[in-house]
Amino acid sequence: MIAHIFEDLCNGCDACVSACPTHVFDLSPTGGAPVIARPDQCQTCFMCELYCPADAIYVGADQTRPEPFDPEAIRASGVLGQMRRDHLWDAPAGDLEPLKEYWRLGPFLGEGAQIAAARYKRQHPQGDPPSALP
Amino acid sequence: MTQLDIQTDVLVIGGGMAAAWAAIGAARHGAAVTLVDKGFVGTSGVTATAGPGHWWVPPDPKLREAAIDKRDQTSFGLADRAWMERVLEVTWRTLPELQGHYAFSVDGAGQTYYPGVRGPEYMRALRKFAQSSGVVILDHHPALELLLHPDGSAAGAAGYARLTRSDWRVRAGAVVMATGGSAFRSGLIGSHNNTGDGHLMAGEAGAHLSGMEFSTIYTLSPAWCSTRTLPYPAARFFDAEGAELDIPPPMADKAHHQALAKAMLAGPVFADLREAPEALKPILRRIQPATVAPFERKGVNLFEDRFQVKLFGEGTIRGTGGLRVIDEDCQTTVPGLYAAGDAATRELVVGASSGGGSPNSAWALTSGQAAGAGAARLAKTRGRRTLDTCAPAGRAGLRPARGAASVDERGAIAAVQAEMLAYDKAFWRRGETLQASLLRLNDAWRELADHRRAEGLERVGARETAGLLATARWATEAALARVESRGLHQRADAPGLSPQGGRRLLVGGLEEIWTRYEEAAPEALVEAAA
Ligand SMILES: Cc1cc2nc3c(=O)[nH]c(=O)nc-3n(C[C@H](O)[C@H](O)[C@H](O)COP(=O)(O)OP(=O)(O)OC[C@H]3O[C@@H](n4cnc5c(N)ncnc54)[C@H](O)[C@@H]3O)c2cc1C
Ligand code: SF4
Ligand code: SF4
Repeated sequence: MIAHIFEDLCNGCDACVSACPTHVFDLSPTGGAPVIARPDQCQTCFMCELYCPADAIYVGADQTRPEPFDPEAIRASGVLGQMRRDHLWDAPAGDLEPLKEYWRLGPFLGEGAQIAAARYKRQHPQGDPPSALP
Repeated sequence: MTQLDIQTDVLVIGGGMAAAWAAIGAARHGAAVTLVDKGFVGTSGVTATAGPGHWWVPPDPKLREAAIDKRDQTSFGLADRAWMERVLEVTWRTLPELQGHYAFSVDGAGQTYYPGVRGPEYMRALRKFAQSSGVVILDHHPALELLLHPDGSAAGAAGYARLTRSDWRVRAGAVVMATGGSAFRSGLIGSHNNTGDGHLMAGEAGAHLSGMEFSTIYTLSPAWCSTRTLPYPAARFFDAEGAELDIPPPMADKAHHQALAKAMLAGPVFADLREAPEALKPILRRIQPATVAPFERKGVNLFEDRFQVKLFGEGTIRGTGGLRVIDEDCQTTVPGLYAAGDAATRELVVGASSGGGSPNSAWALTSGQAAGAGAARLAKTRGRRTLDTCAPAGRAGLRPARGAASVDERGAIAAVQAEMLAYDKAFWRRGETLQASLLRLNDAWRELADHRRAEGLERVGARETAGLLATARWATEAALARVESRGLHQRADAPGLSPQGGRRLLVGGLEEIWTRYEEAAPEALVEAAA
């Protein structure tokens, strides 16, 4: 859930106000950092972090409730800006690097499913019926 | 006060991939297009947080036929082969047009890889593509209700601009509804805006829905945050005492989820991902960065530590039901109103089974293109009709049937969640429990429809509550009416297929809900049309 905007890092661009799909933020009445006005509407999608050019936003891991956190520890951890860096979000248009490994998603899903199927077969050599009927 | 009052040829409502492809399709056919989204086109909707792998089969008649045969088998007689063929063809031709806006990568064999795209980059590219096609995008402009001509056809929509706190109204020659599915506020990744608003708005105009009983599907995630599922298929599962659970593998589909649900009803369930593909472990972050974050930030080592998991309901998103479309342009039963993506029924492609895993996004693209083109043609033929009168059609939450009074909206949403998401109610449906759910949902609906008169920004939430209740009631009525087990719809009190069940089940109405089977079985309809 949305946790914090680091006001000293924020440049007041308001990108997060428009980018948040669920209207969590309001424009600041005084022209500074946006206000976290409706945290209960946060869907923990990390999109505000992705769109923040100043790496000034932190979203906590738990979507069900706000968690206690220490802003200075977050700042020191280096996690700020992680979404943007991990996506290589600011790579120039046409750069193949950000999505270079993306095609492997399907094969990995298949491989995981094969691993589970093979294990189940080992555990059920007689081909026992699944045990989940009502 | 209405501050924005404009007219256009085609109005698209929604901001995910279906809406974007519809807007691009309408613009391609020469229409002036305005698109209104509740959130931001680029981040809102389940497309943006997902990574849709499109159904992708090269145009080799043998390969196509084999792919269609395979899908047909799991459709349990409710799909339409001609639509499947069309979806494969349109997707194959259209998706590569995004080149230039989206950096398609190269696969292991050195080929450009088209079918799988990452959500945030895909939606950013679609936004640019739409804008460069001349589409006017209005972010944070949720639609609240349709406008109807006296003859019942769509005349536009009205809503609220939530960042500027002002009303808007758009008159249009045709309207495309692409508001996504309804996830019954389960917390499913990316689904907060997906509350069935479009189903509600269309339902108020008299639209029919179809396949709403196929809405019981779940996705596995850590208990504290819904994510995408790439790391989980190889998981082993344990109970609180550390005993391994006997869970059929994901390939067993229904049995996999039923076994997990049964275990979760008995107590907390933990996943262990140590057997996940070795090569995936170091590069998961490169593929799905947002899947890693909820673990790291919680201090959980994804591939080493056991962690609690939950099943998040997907409602009609990876279920299949939605607005019924009656022609190749994806027109609904309301003239001038078209449906695309998850807002529409996907039975035409997947029948009674889930459309997740590739048909859904191919359908969203294809139905978007079809609806956009159809809407553009209608707007060109009939004009914008802005001299005709029109009236707003919204009721529940906006114009109470009886006296305005305070209404417990949180309680109403809690009722939807309790009745629609509880594992026992969803996986082992029974007539009595469905009846009991309906009583509760109908009471909540009555209260909202009779008494809620929201003002200003609160209207957005009130309409979401109404949309959740409407879709929950339609899904439950349909589940009650289909007395058999077919695909996603499993009745513990009616196991097995019924000989009469091979037809689509229609549902509609808001004050009084009706259900009826489509007259003819799908194959017969195709023959009649041919
Ligand atoms: C985790 C996950 C993974 C998936 N993976 C795959 C996959 O690999 N392959 C596949 O084929 N499918 C997949 N799917 C399904 C696929 O993502 C969807 O079918 C597809 O994205 C639907 O697009 P859409 O535009 O219809 O809906 P959405 O993307 O949900 O968009 C709905 C839009 O409507 C807007 N809206 C809602 N109400 C209003 C209103 N009142 N006024 C204005 N706008 C409104 C919302 O803001 C949102 O922008 C997945 C789904 C999920 C949840
Ligand atoms: S995490 Fe998503 S929903 Fe929450 S504030 Fe950021 S953008 Fe908005
Ligand atoms: S996007 Fe970042 S820099 Fe811009 S207003 Fe929001 S927090 Fe500040």
